[in-house]
Amino acid sequence: MTGSDRPRLGVFKFASCDGCQLTLLDCEEELLPLAAELEVAHFAEASSDIRPGPYQLSLVEGSVSTPEHLERVRRIRAESRHLVTIGACATAGGIQALRNSADGDAFRATVYAEPEYIESLATSTPISAHVPVDFELRGCPIDRGQLLEVITSFLAGRRPDIPDHSVCFACKRRGTTCLPVARGIPCLGPVTHAGCGALCPAYGRGCYGCFGPSASTNMPAMIPLLRSDGMSDEDIVRFLHTYNVEDFAALEPPGVLDEDD
Amino acid sequence: MADSGTRVLSVGALARVEGEGALRVRVSGDRVTEARLSIYEPPRFFEAFLRDRRHTEPPDLTSRVCGICPVAYQTSACHAIEDACGVAVGGQLAALRRLLYCGEWIESHSLHIHLLHAPDFLGADSALEVSHRHRAAIERGLRLKQAGNSILEVLGGRAVHPINVRVGGFHRVPSRAELRPLAERLMRAREDALAAVDWVAGFDFPEAECRADLFALAEPGTYAIERGVPTVLPYGGGEARRSFPLAEFGAHVVEEQVPYSTALQARLDGRRHLTGALARYAVSGHLLPSAVREAARAAGLPDPASGEVCRNPFRSIVIRAVEVLYAVEEALRLIERYEPPARASQEVAPRAGTGHGATEAPRGLLYHRYSLDLDGLVTDASLIPPTSQNQGAVEDELRLLVQRRLARGEATDAELAGLCERAIRNHDPCISCSAHFLDLTVVREREADRPTASSGRVGGLGPGDAQRPDDESVERDQHD
Repeated sequence: MTGSDRPRLGVFKFASCDGCQLTLLDCEEELLPLAAELEVAHFAEASSDIRPGPYQLSLVEGSVSTPEHLERVRRIRAESRHLVTIGACATAGGIQALRNSADGDAFRATVYAEPEYIESLATSTPISAHVPVDFELRGCPIDRGQLLEVITSFLAGRRPDIPDHSVCFACKRRGTTCLPVARGIPCLGPVTHAGCGALCPAYGRGCYGCFGPSASTNMPAMIPLLRSDGMSDEDIVRFLHTYNVEDFAALEPPGVLDEDD
Repeated sequence: MADSGTRVLSVGALARVEGEGALRVRVSGDRVTEARLSIYEPPRFFEAFLRDRRHTEPPDLTSRVCGICPVAYQTSACHAIEDACGVAVGGQLAALRRLLYCGEWIESHSLHIHLLHAPDFLGADSALEVSHRHRAAIERGLRLKQAGNSILEVLGGRAVHPINVRVGGFHRVPSRAELRPLAERLMRAREDALAAVDWVAGFDFPEAECRADLFALAEPGTYAIERGVPTVLPYGGGEARRSFPLAEFGAHVVEEQVPYSTALQARLDGRRHLTGALARYAVSGHLLPSAVREAARAAGLPDPASGEVCRNPFRSIVIRAVEVLYAVEEALRLIERYEPPARASQEVAPRAGTGHGATEAPRGLLYHRYSLDLDGLVTDASLIPPTSQNQGAVEDELRLLVQRRLARGEATDAELAGLCERAIRNHDPCISCSAHFLDLTVVREREADRPTASSGRVGGLGPGDAQRPDDESVERDQHD
């Protein structure tokens, strides 16, 4: 079943938790049918049979965070017809981008007894900061249904149908009562990209922004809303500075929040 | 091979493990002089950015250490913070935590058994290849995995990085009616789990022995999963099992740099130790329900009730299958007895102090420690994942395994490398748990000794390829 006629899939990992790759293996019912449609040419987490490029579709997980990554991301791009990033790390630098605004030396010294040995870039950056990317799939982690849509649409030669509206739309569709309005619970839903199915509000907690900002956000209006739900400015900074810190930070109105860095 | 007869086996990128690791074994003549499991997962600095976060945040933040065992991180974090704040979560909230953890055990073990590990026993590169010959077995494994994921989805909101866990309990607790469909699915999963135990019991297991102390949590009357007391079963006989309070974890399990190695390794009272399936079964196997113990015996595992210990890591796949069966039974029991609590969480008011939490992640004991200030901000965090603890024992095992193989006669590099890779996968290493993995530069002692390196794997765009510049005198590795 080496079938050169089938499109070749590559799955690659940079700095990450493996959760987005795992989402592919979590497509339990679709996994074997999908594997009949394409050749899994490079997927180290799932197969020891690692084949060289080119790849029609490369799914890239994780952020660029070591000197070696810089070269590797270019090699993968050169060997890929379509390159799709999967997840917050590959798309926005991920949780490890929290170090971008910190003192790198102090960070290293906190974790390692002999920090001089650590070879790591001072920043954690998205794949698109280094090479052109054909599509970015958001989420920490990504949504299984959206991943299948991305794979099948690339196989069919069309753009993925991934809406870029906010979590609020999904909440309304799901019929969940608005948490900030009804219960005064802080929620990032108005500024967060849909994709999770408005999961957190359905469980009675405010959206914590793991899909990153939606296409059109009004952050200057969001911050007073969070304050009126009882959050201090320090808490608001923490709220926005988690899984998509770089993307949210880019939207923060200057001077409105006192940055602690 | 070099003139001196020294050769180095290297596998640039370990496949079918979670995260990124590489392996190097140095053989001089017929002697193994070095065995190294290298971790080149890039550092992500969790312990650094946990500082100054609120005491409510570590469960969500640390779940991002690992996509395969996020519940382990969430639960260890909750326990450590509740401990610091002087709160103990009990009753149905504790039962729901155990149910969620059962979901993770079923999901993670089924993934490891069927998709990552079984191909080793069937001479295949992947589960897709296995599925051409054993389609029913792989489909059964995927169904089991789905059953585990369905618990995570109903109770946790989603399978990867569940959103419903919080310090003190949950954001929302399910009704009995919401859990009923899970019970129906788990009844079917019980059959699949029994069949999976039978399937893996029929594999061929190479001879091997783990000579390290076995280390797992123990809890009176039950197979420890989401809590317990650290318990050591020493290797070599003569010494009885011993336990120590969780608060003394840091005094016993010490991460250090050993002078002869480039790897940071955790040792338990100065000795190598192993956590995970072998250790759990040895420490708590006698507490499994009789039907599960019967299935374990029928699968050829020794009976822990009579003091027998399984020390062959290749059989860990059988123990994992038995643990899936147990987790299915336990989840059914918990759902059967479930009464929704009045509140979804207990109040956990912050206070200054240090707290400890440990749980049995599918791949071994995971320890968290947090210090909080008066406002509940984290001032210090320490995460000790199982892979960091196991590395010393795994390297020892690799050395022994290759030595044994060489004693039986000449072996090709590819054969030895393949054997070592299998030995590493026995432990289901969670390499993304890279809270603190080291990256070192090593200068060779004498360039004249430089051996020729040969690879056990055909290279592609493996993560290791760009990682290993073939410099004249310097080799670079990253280590746990």
